[in-house]
Amino acid sequence: MQQFTLLLASLPDGILLGFVYGLAAMGLTLIWGVMNVINLSHGPIIALGMFGTFFLFTRTGLNPYVGLIPIAIIGLLLGILIYVVAVHRVINAPHLSSLLATFSVNMIIIGLGTAALTTSPYNVDFAAGSIKLGPITLLGTRMIAALVTMLFTGGLFLFLYRSRPGRYIRAVANNRAAAELMGVPSTRILALSFGLGTMLAAVSGGLIATFFPFSILAGGSYELKSFVIGVLGGLGNPIGALFGGLILGIIESSSQAFLESSWVPVIEFGLFVIILLVRPSGLFGAKK
Amino acid sequence: MKRSMFNILSVLILLGVVLSACAPAAEPTEAPPVAPAPTEAPADQPTTAPTEPAMVEETITIGFTSSLTGAQEVASKRQVNGFNLWMNQVNEAGGINLSDGTIVKFAAQTYDDESAKERVQELYTRLITEDNADFLISPYSSGLTAAASIIAEQNAKVMITIGAAEDDAYKTGNTSLFQLYTPGSLYLISTADMLKTLDPTATIAIVHENDKFSTSVVDGLRPYLQSQGFEIVLDEGYASDTTDFGPVINKIVDSGATVLMGGGHYPDGSTFARQLYERKTGLKMISLLVAPADSKFPELGDAALGVSTSSQWELAATHTEEEAAALGKEWFGPSGTEFADAYKAAYTDGPTYHAAGGYAGGLILQKAIMDADSVDPEKVKAALNAMDIVTFFGGTDFDTSAEAHGLQLTHVMVVAQWQKNDAGELVRKVIWPADVANAEPLYPIPAP
Repeated sequence: MQQFTLLLASLPDGILLGFVYGLAAMGLTLIWGVMNVINLSHGPIIALGMFGTFFLFTRTGLNPYVGLIPIAIIGLLLGILIYVVAVHRVINAPHLSSLLATFSVNMIIIGLGTAALTTSPYNVDFAAGSIKLGPITLLGTRMIAALVTMLFTGGLFLFLYRSRPGRYIRAVANNRAAAELMGVPSTRILALSFGLGTMLAAVSGGLIATFFPFSILAGGSYELKSFVIGVLGGLGNPIGALFGGLILGIIESSSQAFLESSWVPVIEFGLFVIILLVRPSGLFGAKK
Repeated sequence: MKRSMFNILSVLILLGVVLSACAPAAEPTEAPPVAPAPTEAPADQPTTAPTEPAMVEETITIGFTSSLTGAQEVASKRQVNGFNLWMNQVNEAGGINLSDGTIVKFAAQTYDDESAKERVQELYTRLITEDNADFLISPYSSGLTAAASIIAEQNAKVMITIGAAEDDAYKTGNTSLFQLYTPGSLYLISTADMLKTLDPTATIAIVHENDKFSTSVVDGLRPYLQSQGFEIVLDEGYASDTTDFGPVINKIVDSGATVLMGGGHYPDGSTFARQLYERKTGLKMISLLVAPADSKFPELGDAALGVSTSSQWELAATHTEEEAAALGKEWFGPSGTEFADAYKAAYTDGPTYHAAGGYAGGLILQKAIMDADSVDPEKVKAALNAMDIVTFFGGTDFDTSAEAHGLQLTHVMVVAQWQKNDAGELVRKVIWPADVANAEPLYPIPAP
């Protein structure tokens, strides 16, 4: 009975956190889906989103959720810049080249971030209250983060399926050569896609900053979770990534009702391996 | 294609050569510059009449690593600040005069260990073999010190360990380690004694970081709590990089615990405190290791209120010359107030126990050199083994048995708690032992 109560108390936390995991993973999986590039700078960009929220909140007093708008814009522009500088030239090269290119960007961001910000933990001291329902405590910051995630997911869906650039993105993801023949400016679309991916990463970082402490190295663990979620949800499937995030959040929180937190990575990556072996296309299917 | 590849490679090689020529030579981390310290020297500096034979100045190199980056950054920097303050004061006062005419001054050789054990081992090896450090100071934290102590012992280098409370490092048959801090196994004993007077029926949740230090604290605490009749209703560890304490907080609430004891270091401890507050656990007492002793802790705001910690030193309960006299022991060094004033003048912030420990580590080495009247490592080691003194930091007396050489025997902890003063500001008060307390314990702590 005690375990059941613990499970009941932990599940809502896991679900709310899973939304944000899913948002982060959507960024990674979108880039993979469109251009077959694994963005190893995903983690530091999440961390930059965290710092963006921190500085906007502490220096200007801007509400962290309103601050997500400039963070999203900066994340988009940063992604376009990274694509143009580091990824475009190796987009048609073997995967290792793009992997190394994004890894280099990862190291540059971490190096600069460590030099400028050290690795001391930072906190966004923002409270949004909580709701207590018996053994369940629903934190305001997490509920708002889940809501924001749903808004961004909805916005992404509308963009991809109701806008011309979105159609172009899907066309390029499907068949770049054919899209080019149809007059789609594939280079610009690829840059935009990369920017959208980093935008989602930065926004997820901004949300995570409202509930956990962070440093420039903090994005690494979320990057790893994004890989697991990407495989879980289906590589290249952004909506699958959202559901994958929810599943991972639930697994993380419910496992800790029975085990110590040290077991969580074992379970997460065990799941990663099992999915790769049993259903490599993911639970919701990979990009076709 | 081949020509363009050749061109690219040529450009890259040329760029590499140019960058190598332009790049500054790799330098060890300089000890951070310190604002000019007050000219007040540590007490008991021997002076020499000008008619003595010509003095020869000898610079002793103290080697250590500091965590300028990584998980231990906050506390490590304070420890290093304290140590540098001591070193600058001694040097500015003219150094230590030995009877053979030698004037001993000190220089620090230090590197950033990035809070990583692997770096600690390679850097301490470098300090010994390349930089020829005469004596060593430990890095901050038990985990890093355990790594450094192996190197120190292998090379028979005296190492004064500061910020390293875990007991096991001293039970390996060493002869060169000297622990300044109260051992980890005794860390929360004072808190348990205080709790016995406040609420002997309290039910305890022990939730701690899964690292050497925190585990050693809990290993010592657990049997003591049981011997005092307390019921431990939850006993769990968490990974050092944990940021989401929600699941374990749910367990604490579910267990029915009224008191929480544990934590680890600053990053996890401060996060834990914040999330305990957010989740309105209704705990009557929260006692966390390390984090609440740091001057950054009030940045948590109301989440810091009522949180207590075991502290190696607090200014409000600093040790005094009178205390030393009452114990029949020798007093050495400045008073706590003198140290705190000098520290504040140098660094703006008031000193934490990490800073005080850094300073006291230098003080102990100074005393040992003075007692040995030599910088010969074996003589200094003998002086350290024979030492039984009181400084502003507290008692210093090392276990000299083969089984536990270097373990600190006489230094005691105090319990401090964040409370609000009349102006509504968070201040850290000493609440135990009663004879040095400057405030009553806040029990139960205010509900959020």
